[in-house]
Amino acid sequence: MKYLNSMEVPFEKVTAKTFPKGPDSLAPGHRACQGCGEVLALRLLMKALGREFMAVSATGCMEVCTGPFPQSAWEMPWIHVAFENAAAVASGVDAGNTILRRKGKLPDKRIPVVAIGGDGGTADIGIQALSGALERYHENFTYICLDNEAYMNTGIQRSSATPFGASTTTSPAGKLSKGQSTWKKNMPAIAAAHNIPYVATASPAFHLDMMNKIRRAAAIPGPAYIHVYAPCPTGWRMKAELSVESARLAVNSRVFPLYEIIDGQYVLNKKVDNPIPVADYLKAQGRFRHLTPEDVAAITERVNHEYEYIAKMSEAFNGPRF
Amino acid sequence: MKAADSAKPVGIEVSLAIAEAVKLAEAEVVAAYPITPQTHIVEHLSDLVANGELNAEYVPVESEQSAMSACMGSSAAGARTFTATSSQGLIYMAEMVFIAPMMRLPIVMAVANRAISAPLNIWNDHSDVMSIRDCGWIQIFAENGQEATDMSIISFRIAEDKNVMMPVILNLDGFTLSHFIEPILFPEQDKVRQYLPPYVTDHKLDVKKPMSMGLLGGPEYFTEAKKAANDALLASKPYVTKAFDEFAKIFGRQYKLVESYRTEDAETIIVSMGSISETAMVAVDEMRAAGEKVGLVRLRLWRPFPVEELRAAIGGAKYLAVVDRHFTPGFPEGPVATEIRALMYHEENRPRISNFLLGLGGRDVPRNHFQYIVERAKEIGSTGRQGHFEMVGVNE
Amino acid sequence: MSKKINVTVEGAVKVKDIPLGFTAQPGTTKNFKTGDWRSARPVLDREKCVYCGFCYIYCPDGVYQDMGAEEKYYKADLDYCKGCGVCAQECPKKCIQMVVEEV
Repeated sequence: MKYLNSMEVPFEKVTAKTFPKGPDSLAPGHRACQGCGEVLALRLLMKALGREFMAVSATGCMEVCTGPFPQSAWEMPWIHVAFENAAAVASGVDAGNTILRRKGKLPDKRIPVVAIGGDGGTADIGIQALSGALERYHENFTYICLDNEAYMNTGIQRSSATPFGASTTTSPAGKLSKGQSTWKKNMPAIAAAHNIPYVATASPAFHLDMMNKIRRAAAIPGPAYIHVYAPCPTGWRMKAELSVESARLAVNSRVFPLYEIIDGQYVLNKKVDNPIPVADYLKAQGRFRHLTPEDVAAITERVNHEYEYIAKMSEAFNGPRF
Repeated sequence: MKAADSAKPVGIEVSLAIAEAVKLAEAEVVAAYPITPQTHIVEHLSDLVANGELNAEYVPVESEQSAMSACMGSSAAGARTFTATSSQGLIYMAEMVFIAPMMRLPIVMAVANRAISAPLNIWNDHSDVMSIRDCGWIQIFAENGQEATDMSIISFRIAEDKNVMMPVILNLDGFTLSHFIEPILFPEQDKVRQYLPPYVTDHKLDVKKPMSMGLLGGPEYFTEAKKAANDALLASKPYVTKAFDEFAKIFGRQYKLVESYRTEDAETIIVSMGSISETAMVAVDEMRAAGEKVGLVRLRLWRPFPVEELRAAIGGAKYLAVVDRHFTPGFPEGPVATEIRALMYHEENRPRISNFLLGLGGRDVPRNHFQYIVERAKEIGSTGRQGHFEMVGVNE
Repeated sequence: MSKKINVTVEGAVKVKDIPLGFTAQPGTTKNFKTGDWRSARPVLDREKCVYCGFCYIYCPDGVYQDMGAEEKYYKADLDYCKGCGVCAQECPKKCIQMVVEEV
């Protein structure tokens, strides 16, 4: 296989001036909660892609709130089959498109196929299908994980992406418990371990960065994985209006670093030299209310460690870019 | 191998013949995961794709669940789609199997029937497909290699019929059919194209005409959605017959929904499915020669159930010996017998029905098993007792 | 079917109206107005508005419409606005107020 320099694959950049002002690709009238940060991320990601692509959803909040028969919020071709298989369904869609193109039954033009799952549908029950799809190297395949850090659709149960200390309905804080007792699974690293050309993290609070990442992911021939921070006011027990602000605080406190892994090379997109205290990020969210200053100190240490790891990896390659 | 000459039979393993038939059907996507005894089908398809003999995408998925998921994706993209599985693989993909007919995706799946663990067993019975009996697919059981080959083509014709648009399971007995070398007549490619035109559909993902597939159905829609799908499944029966009849017109081999063998004036009728029916026919011949009024009825179509055809085939028989290759733990009868008894209940002159489990987990089914069950059916039937199933040959 | 007892469910779809494969047409959630979820509505002070578009960008429901270069503001479609208040929170000029809806 020819070595691909994904960094150089051209794509049309979104800037403040070229922000797509046309109608959304995800219609209003969907049933997402008030202030849902996940549907905001989804709306902007879909908007960045336009309508000339195919979307595949895993079962979850985004799927049920956008597709209640006889209605659909999706303006592009969309399919949902089940919870754990969005990546596999998307591989099939891509295989179908590929052979129909080869036979001349479809125009000879790439059709990006974008699979979308939540953190449970990605990091837990869907990880096998995702791993298979990434490894098989479907050319027009992009996977988006909308990470709201728990099983929100079923009522806020912990997943492997739930952060340490978060109280959920199955990792409740209590006399003997500080909430979630494990550290968040590192999905971007798992995706990168498949030696795919493009992995990125993104946040709806940094919307241009996020929209450009999905455009780059769709442009690169080869599988891509984007891990998107998706604030959930309902599940995080937070005021609805704070969802974008919490996403911003997560990046500015180093809790959720923005970076890309392009052809295996880390690129830190937003250097956070003077992070705001992690406590400032945690305090708006009821799920962390029970934590003691010692707990916050332990979380801060871990957050800095993970951030430094990415920063050092980034320095080792090209250095941070803004 | 070249499978062009329809005039001369080719000696070939049935699994490979099925793969050749899928090639003749010009399947466009094959997504599959290996499991014994299905492997030879997908290995040969991989070969055909690798050598450019079949212009298709072969998706070597990481599990059966992803196999069916990918098949649903490719079928939804508008591509003719085939997969094959067996046993644990079938029940591992079961969640997706139930979704495909509701989405009306005309996938064809060969199932090399094999026992369900435990104990782990790779050999033949029908417990895999019977465990997903209510999945909503059209389900066909093949008896021999020629039939399995022909049905591989016919199944696409049925599935993709605009009046049907339903996925089809083609059952063939693992090893006892899948791994046998049989003389097979291969249809000619041109004639297959005439019989099975390329798959063209509006029911697909299309950037020019977008559609949303796989929606949430609340309580006010669910019942009606289920009824609509079941109506479609029931309504497919005449199109199955039509596909069989038109196949006969072009290729000369006539298939029926239910096959009868020497049932004229039969007092006792054996009811069976799949490849053991061939052994049963030999046993019927032997019993007939000995003066026994016995015949055989074989269900080729299992879903939609050929109710009228089965009733007609059973006619005025006094005793039915129904063979099950799977049983329902905790219930007195296996699925086939339960269904046939339920269908016969309302008949005025209904036969006495007894149920026999044969060939579980690859246990050999010799001719004398059929002689045995005919004797037992008469014994049980004449006492008036409605029997519990009997595991033939169980060593207690 | 018994004529004496009515077991039909109001609002249930008819079997014959179920589309093949239980599909839906694109963008049809627009037929469902989520505006009545709202307990407070965004009110814009156009004097202070600098037409930056952050309300349009950050609205999870995409209810803001660009009124164009002459009008120079974004208008919330109250048919869909759920009243979450993200626009008011994110407005850099703080020119959107959430006003409680009167019942």
